Amino acid sequence: MDDPLVRISGLRVAFDGVPVLRGVDLAVGAGEAVGVVGESGCGKSVTWLAALGLLPGKARVTGSVVLDGQELLGAPMPVLDRVRGGQIAMIFQDPASSLNPVHRIGRQVGEALRLHRGMDGAAARAETRRLLDQVGIPDAGNRMDAYPHELSGGQNQRVMIAMALAGRPRLLVADEPTTALDVTIQAQILDLLATLRAETGMALVLISHDLGVVAETCDRVAVMYAGLVIEEVSSARLFDAPAHPYTQGLLSALPPLDGLPRQHLAAIPGSVPEPRALPPGCAFGPRCPRHASLCDEQVPPLVDVAPGQRAACRILGADVPPAFGLAAA
Amino acid sequence: MTALLEAEGLVRRYTMRRGLLGRQVELRAVDGVSLRLERGETLGLVGESGCGKSTTGRLVLGLEAPDEGTVRFDGAPVPPVGSAAWRAQRARMQMVFQDPLGALDRRLTIGTQIAEPFEIHGMAGAQDRVAGLLRDVGLREDFAARYPHELSGGQRQRAVLARALATDPALLVCDEPISALDVSVQAQVMNLLIDLQAERRLTMLFISHDLRAVRQVSHRVAVMYLGRIVEEGEPDAVLRDPAHPYAQALVSAIPHPGRTARRQVLQGDPPNPAARPPGCAFHPRCPMAVGLCRSVVPELKPRASDGRRVACHVAQGEAMGEAA
Ligand SMILES: Nc1ncnc2c1ncn2[C@@H]1O[C@H](COP(=O)(O)OP(=O)(O)OP(=O)(O)O)[C@@H](O)[C@H]1O
Ligand SMILES: Nc1ncnc2c1ncn2[C@@H]1O[C@H](COP(=O)(O)OP(=O)(O)OP(=O)(O)O)[C@@H](O)[C@H]1O
Ligand code: SF4
Ligand code: SF4
Ligand SMILES: [Mg+2]
Ligand SMILES: [Mg+2]
Repeated sequence: MDDPLVRISGLRVAFDGVPVLRGVDLAVGAGEAVGVVGESGCGKSVTWLAALGLLPGKARVTGSVVLDGQELLGAPMPVLDRVRGGQIAMIFQDPASSLNPVHRIGRQVGEALRLHRGMDGAAARAETRRLLDQVGIPDAGNRMDAYPHELSGGQNQRVMIAMALAGRPRLLVADEPTTALDVTIQAQILDLLATLRAETGMALVLISHDLGVVAETCDRVAVMYAGLVIEEVSSARLFDAPAHPYTQGLLSALPPLDGLPRQHLAAIPGSVPEPRALPPGCAFGPRCPRHASLCDEQVPPLVDVAPGQRAACRILGADVPPAFGLAAA
Repeated sequence: MTALLEAEGLVRRYTMRRGLLGRQVELRAVDGVSLRLERGETLGLVGESGCGKSTTGRLVLGLEAPDEGTVRFDGAPVPPVGSAAWRAQRARMQMVFQDPLGALDRRLTIGTQIAEPFEIHGMAGAQDRVAGLLRDVGLREDFAARYPHELSGGQRQRAVLARALATDPALLVCDEPISALDVSVQAQVMNLLIDLQAERRLTMLFISHDLRAVRQVSHRVAVMYLGRIVEEGEPDAVLRDPAHPYAQALVSAIPHPGRTARRQVLQGDPPNPAARPPGCAFHPRCPMAVGLCRSVVPELKPRASDGRRVACHVAQGEAMGEAA
């Protein structure tokens, strides 16, 4: 990408000397929707918390995060304050911790408007109502005065989206916005995000471990494993031609919608390595059916596989059979 | 042969106070559920959050007494909760909960926790049996000495299953056993459930909101909406051709890569069990509702064409002549 909205390069994060991000490279173009998938603990949330300067002080962060030509890592507080909420808004993984239970939801959205757009009084109230309307809160005029516990889980999730949209961000980072919800409400929220993107031209980073959700919502997907992006691929090719053995494994582990039921899924054996005890070379090595001695020599870099597809694996090519039997998704 | 589990007309009401000083309102969490589980059969129970799946699970295990209806296990009524007969029978019915860390005691080793039922139910040779159970669920024997936090999510869920299997139960109720797990770990646990089911001829009630997972492990699926079963059938048939409009919305909401058609998004709010709409409870959100739906409760019964059990006037062809 020549001129992305945000470019993360060589991002490393360590907690107490244990590296959890080991050089993440990821770019998001203006208006683009990028999905980030991967096993729990692989660093999806930490990547964006680090980019926005939201990690606790004990985290050691190096590398670079550039927004519109401006370096964000180590940027002074006033710069970060302007970026957060204004340029880049984040919906956090745990909604309960982000809405204040003792304040009415209208007041919480209004606060975001005051902070990022300097709005007050009647104007703020009108805009709050418009935002709540836009995210599909029924009877927004009255519901503004409701407390979070008076709304359903899906509605609170939409209030969070309204708050994130209050600053008219150019990038919305949504961290597992639907994981706690059931499929019908999940569908409503994904639909809403797609509509908002079409209306405002906002870029979206959707963090999830649900491949289906991501592929349906995003143009491009970054697959992470043990603190690295190990594959970057268009949503279309993700299901048709995944290149990295881990990506292939994730896809074959999905229960199919047709074919013989109650058959074994091609589960990836073993479990993710401990961040403090990573194997040499490729971190996926111990679980990889394709593993060979050259895999242990160095951490495989991301290399081009096809136009718009890169993978971090030493053994790639058209003649290499899939590492895991690909179930028809 | 009688079914292993037969539940008839289960109703469970809760009272809930609206606000701090508000009046008591009654909520029907389960509102007339009947289930039948043959030996060695897995029934999947799906439906949106709050529709009464977990409550149904607790009722069939006798962990809670129904306000109405009966549960028969192995041909006999489930004895009253807490009685000696109930405790004796408990060993034959086990429940696996959603959160594998919460279900384990973090101060005790895995081995101690798996052996616990042997002590309660008085069985000998605990050590060997623990090792055997660990092997059965695909864990190494030395995991017996580990504490829960020393296991990964999938390993913990295996440990929970090993503990549930310790009493050699005939019936296993799994309440969202994989929801909290990663995709790749979910596959490991589903494989394990399929194997255990086949090898031990376990009878299972598999509660989930994930239709794909239900298809993967179940012989039959029941779809719940607001405390009632609205459709029941063979999982593949229900997934391919759902008959009830709510089941259609559920199936259409399954994330599906490469989908071109826009999914059918369910309008309206999730229903409130304290204010059940009259007639068909789904009618305020149903795109096919007709006049009849607002007044008459549709009954769950086989439809004429193929015997699929569905509770919907339109799917049953009872709304002929009325404009949709
Ligand atoms: N504040 C912290 N202190 C110490 N370690 C942390 C902290 N925050 C995250 N980590 C560790 O960093 C790693 C990456 O965490 P992160 O939250 O990014 O995972 P994730 O990919 O978002 O996982 P999930 O899918 O579970 O949300 C994990 O090993 C986690 O334990
Ligand atoms: N002890 C209780 N007291 C009052 N209400 C309860 C109680 N237990 C459950 N409920 C209510 O009964 C209804 C059904 O709850 P249940 O836990 O069975 O739903 P569920 O289908 O398992 O949902 P989920 O998918 O979210 O687990 C809900 O409205 C719930 O709030
Ligand atoms: S580098 Fe080697 S071990 Fe790693 S994914 Fe590729 S083949 Fe497997
Ligand atoms: S009975 Fe009527 S309202 Fe209920 S699901 Fe069928 S068509 Fe819809
Ligand atoms: Mg996270
Ligand atoms: Mg439940």
